[in-house]
Amino acid sequence: MLQVSIYRYNPETDQQPYMQDFQFDTEGKDLMVLDVLEQLKAQDSSVTYRRSCREGVCGSDGLNINGKNGLACITPLSATVKNNKLVVRPLPGLPVIRDLVVDMSMFYAQYEKIQPYLQNNTPAPAIERLQSPEDRAKLDGLYECILCACCSTSCPSFWWNPDRFIGPAGLLQAYRFLADSRDTATDERLSRLDDPFSVFRCHGIQNCVNVCPKGLNPTRAIGHIRTMLLTRAT
Amino acid sequence: MVTAVTSFGRSGTADWLVQRVSGVILLAYFLFIGWVVVSGVDYASWKSLFGQTWVRVFSLMALLSLAAHAWIGLWAVVTDYLTERMMGTTGNVLRISSQLAIALVLFVYVVWGVQILWGY
Repeated sequence: MLQVSIYRYNPETDQQPYMQDFQFDTEGKDLMVLDVLEQLKAQDSSVTYRRSCREGVCGSDGLNINGKNGLACITPLSATVKNNKLVVRPLPGLPVIRDLVVDMSMFYAQYEKIQPYLQNNTPAPAIERLQSPEDRAKLDGLYECILCACCSTSCPSFWWNPDRFIGPAGLLQAYRFLADSRDTATDERLSRLDDPFSVFRCHGIQNCVNVCPKGLNPTRAIGHIRTMLLTRAT
Repeated sequence: MVTAVTSFGRSGTADWLVQRVSGVILLAYFLFIGWVVVSGVDYASWKSLFGQTWVRVFSLMALLSLAAHAWIGLWAVVTDYLTERMMGTTGNVLRISSQLAIALVLFVYVVWGVQILWGY
């Protein structure tokens, strides 16, 4: 039997959060962590978490699984369970709404700050803005982000300054638009990032790279932003 | 854009650059001093070493680098842990007090260091 321990907190009835233990029979199958949660919810319908697509595309079920952030739907038990124990907690650093559901407002506020949309002040062409295959290739490894928040909530700099440090997810997207040949707001974008917090709170510890379920590398993108800021300023 | 009036250069890019350059200067200086100490020193050779202008200039450069490096580094630490968001007004009071104490200590070190380098 798998020992499952789940973070429980219902602000309407609980004074404080607690861990609830379950015994779970996997029947020898290598289930995904989300399958375990689904079956526990069938037993106890009060267990609350977010999920949607169940295949690593929507980014809803970012959770702290045995101490490491990841998507429950694409994390097999074999990849995370040691000593027959599975501990599931909400993403760290964000306020808990209930059980495994966190309030992502601060995360989205940082994303909003980087103005995550194409800005181009030249007249729009009749059909579409063209891009060479080489310029398009620069967006690989950037556009794939699904905003699950696994990276930003594993970053100590984001834990301490979620109101001032944009965090790895937002910065990866910031670079996605800085690197886009069709975007003409590069200078304004960089001006907004030049302060000591937005980008430079990153100390390069690469927790973000370690946890990203899509295998992206926010630290590298942050390095590129830093180089752009330096090149522009010197 | 987040503003930060107490940061070293008011700009993250400037602070980052100063932090890296001062780090390289400190590394060079400590390698130099380490090499001198390992090769063996006595009072006479130490005094004649620091009698040379270039050693004094290099030492002052390292001292100023240390002050800038420490200010930027400790500024990052106190703005991480002593914040209004985490502690309310107490955070601001603690942070400003720490920054004043750090500034005082660094200023004293620089002036004292100049006195030591050129005063004997």
